[in-house]
Amino acid sequence: MHDKTLAELARGLAAGDFSSRELTSSLLERIKRIDPALNSFITVTDEQALKEADAADALRHKGEAGILSGLPLAYKDIFCTEGVRTSAGSKMLDNFIAPYNATVVEKLRHAGTVSLGKTNMDEFAMGSSNENSYYGPVKNPWNPKLVPGGSSGGSAAAVAAGLVPAALGTDTGGSIRQPAAFCGITGLKPTYGRVSRYGMIAYASSLDQAGPMARTAEDCAMLMNAMAGHDARDSTSVSRNVPDYTQGLNKPLNGLKIGLPVEYFGEGLAPEVETAVREAVRVYESLGAQVIEVSLPHTSMAIPAYYVIAPAEASANLSRYDGVRFGHRCKDPVDLEDLYKRTRAEGFGDEVKRRILIGTHTLSEGFFDAYYRKAQQIRRLIRQDFLDAFARVDVLMGPAAPTTAFELGAKADPVQMYLQDIYTIAINLAGIPGISVPAGLADNRPVGLQILGPHFGEAHLLNVAHVYQQATDWHQRRPEIKE
Amino acid sequence: MAIEHANVLRAAHLARLGVSDAQAERYVDDLSRILEMVDRLSEIDTEGVAPLSHPLDATQPLRADEAIEVDRRETFQSIAPATADGLYLVPRVVE
Repeated sequence: MHDKTLAELARGLAAGDFSSRELTSSLLERIKRIDPALNSFITVTDEQALKEADAADALRHKGEAGILSGLPLAYKDIFCTEGVRTSAGSKMLDNFIAPYNATVVEKLRHAGTVSLGKTNMDEFAMGSSNENSYYGPVKNPWNPKLVPGGSSGGSAAAVAAGLVPAALGTDTGGSIRQPAAFCGITGLKPTYGRVSRYGMIAYASSLDQAGPMARTAEDCAMLMNAMAGHDARDSTSVSRNVPDYTQGLNKPLNGLKIGLPVEYFGEGLAPEVETAVREAVRVYESLGAQVIEVSLPHTSMAIPAYYVIAPAEASANLSRYDGVRFGHRCKDPVDLEDLYKRTRAEGFGDEVKRRILIGTHTLSEGFFDAYYRKAQQIRRLIRQDFLDAFARVDVLMGPAAPTTAFELGAKADPVQMYLQDIYTIAINLAGIPGISVPAGLADNRPVGLQILGPHFGEAHLLNVAHVYQQATDWHQRRPEIKE
Repeated sequence: MAIEHANVLRAAHLARLGVSDAQAERYVDDLSRILEMVDRLSEIDTEGVAPLSHPLDATQPLRADEAIEVDRRETFQSIAPATADGLYLVPRVVE
């Protein structure tokens, strides 16, 4: 059962081949057996999961089950889940039991899904390898010496290892797409504002977006149907009709115009990744697509702009962790300033501190114009690059990451780690959607093809990804897991 | 623009983040390399380009000014480090 897609499991439940309780118990047992070596979960909610599974089975018995009823999911530990620890991978929130559910959690619960627990992540979603977690690094199921990517590394590893058919992630600069690529699964970052951010612990609010991580584009579409939509509790969520993402998945790709950004195939791209991505593009050509070379001239500015904007927003967002209302508090503070300073020094890890310091510095008097204002101006130019490209082509394609998964500990220098996100970060600055789909294996390490579309083009992205998955079997490859 | 020891200590104080002198030294190194990378932004002429703070041309939706949340003080305070009589406790501020 652990090898099946959400769509297959939904059919199995509907046909009565197995119950949600049977499915849920079997996965919980698998997590117990396999996850100690992977560390993809921070919290497993066994009891609650079985209760939810029974409730879903009861609904089905009454003939009231929906398409997602009884399907198991996991949440990146950045989504608030009422009554369950929500740590954001940080010591700061190690004792934080969320008093409410994130809107997406509420929506997916309402749709009848069963939560197996909360997945590991880089602290406050800051990282590209999952090595920045207070709960220890996650291992890549394809090879335990490798990182799973980050920051949604736990979600990606759990899906790849067959511990759960799908999981939620968040993506601020590539945190869904890069781990999806490293672990050989499908991950969608929707358009900014398409999915509510309410109850999602904030990192950089103008960039953060939640999305599905699963085995196939079809599964992502099923989840998006339940996740997307306006939320009065998130004023940046967009009031715009939500299409049925599962309709139109099979639309033929005759005449599809694919743009290949020259900047995404330049220096720094590993040859084996380039080979796999170009082969995927050839598959699209054989399906009737037309390929055009395009340019995104400000690509090299995306990482510098991001490392001003994201830390600036983070430094403001993370000011709420003050040791007063929730979370960690230092012992025996002598005064208020000591309470704040020691609580935050003890509660945050190294990378989080670096970003708070950078953000505070660039926003401070005398530096604001040179950094923050400049970065926001360049953000507009980056967005314009994409708008210009989408005037000529329907989608853009390229690698999700410059290399396949690297070894744990291989990138000790923060700047080297940041450069990992060269192909993903501009997408968040522009607010457009992107999906990573498995497109090959190099030395038994998965390669991700990234497909980008214009704002609110996720239905089309899912269609383009799905048709590829009908023509290829990379998404069906599974790592060999020692049991 | 390089970052200096004093800048790090100033940022740490503004962010109420406890950083010792020795730690600040290490951050000077890390943050300098990050800012060196960020400094590439100055290669681009942005004269006349309006800053973009939000990726969509969205307008702020407004709703009626009505209380929609119920009082959940007890729940919220149950996860606080220290409370008494419905109040959050912090070290004495006024002697």
